[in-house]
Amino acid sequence: MAHLAMATGFLLILIGAWGALTNRNLLRMIVAFTIADTGVNLVIIAVGYMRGRTAPIIDGAVSAADAVTRIIDPVPQALVLTAIVIGVGVTALMLAYTYRLFEKKRSLDIRDYTDLKG
Amino acid sequence: MIKRFIALALVVAVGSVFATLLFGYTPDADLNLTARYYAERTAADLGAANIVTAIVVTYRGLDTLGEVTVLFLSASIVGLVLAKGTHAPHRTPVPVGELLTTGTRFLVPLILLLGVYVFVNGHLTPGGGFQGGAIIASGILLLLLADPLKHFSHSLISAIESLAGIFYVMIGLAGLFLAGGFLDNRILPLGTLGNLASAGAIPLIYSLIGLKVGAEFASILAALSETEEL
Repeated sequence: MAHLAMATGFLLILIGAWGALTNRNLLRMIVAFTIADTGVNLVIIAVGYMRGRTAPIIDGAVSAADAVTRIIDPVPQALVLTAIVIGVGVTALMLAYTYRLFEKKRSLDIRDYTDLKG
Repeated sequence: MIKRFIALALVVAVGSVFATLLFGYTPDADLNLTARYYAERTAADLGAANIVTAIVVTYRGLDTLGEVTVLFLSASIVGLVLAKGTHAPHRTPVPVGELLTTGTRFLVPLILLLGVYVFVNGHLTPGGGFQGGAIIASGILLLLLADPLKHFSHSLISAIESLAGIFYVMIGLAGLFLAGGFLDNRILPLGTLGNLASAGAIPLIYSLIGLKVGAEFASILAALSETEEL
């Protein structure tokens, strides 16, 4: 199970990297980055997964005393919670910049933006 | 063509690193040292039933403050980049249809209620301020879909955002004086594990985070929606 989730995550990262490297359209590149972002999150979550255990929440199913043997690792989940939110912020920023770039040159093709090339 | 080949080579190289990691990976049988500490001590020390929330809000509360700051910065920069001072008065509204309009009227209050529920219960159930805030922002998105010309009060959004941020930092500072340190949740009684009014300041802090995140996402959405049509 953990391996399946992890393989999917790695695959998503690779798809995202391939998309970002081969696409010339800015919007497609943003989508590729988002896919890679999801892949990273999936891999981190998969690292915290442990077979036969349950969510790190103490309730009727898991008492505070046996939490150590019953719950999965809560730290990756807390990390991914952060990563998702930052990912949204970064995506919004990329979209805003793309919007301004398009307004400037009426083009979404990255090859039209070579102003910084010496 | 050669660029495509380089890209393929790069992806294959990274992929082989990933494959090595994947095949060499064996899941832990026991919690590692950090996770064990959190699993053992959260209930007794912080009184929070949701251990992930305890980590996010209290154990690593400073990181969360930084995260909220990053989100605030990105929301401000989106506003700054997209703001040209001119709204689009000449935009012709696209007719959205009866279904979306009526559905919005029915669903938006429910979505907002769910968002508030999720962040108020962040210390008990899966969820919390970030998730609840995102749900609230999805309600705002639905409003914008139903009426693309809708104008949200930016001063109201930024007032909610700033007040939530100020109170968040003030609660954190109160922890410095009344309890063990910055953002310590034990400034309020811990209560009984599993009750709504438990885990000290965690529900309070997470509600403030929920409001702040909701306001930040809403301001991003409003900035994106109000930008002049090309």
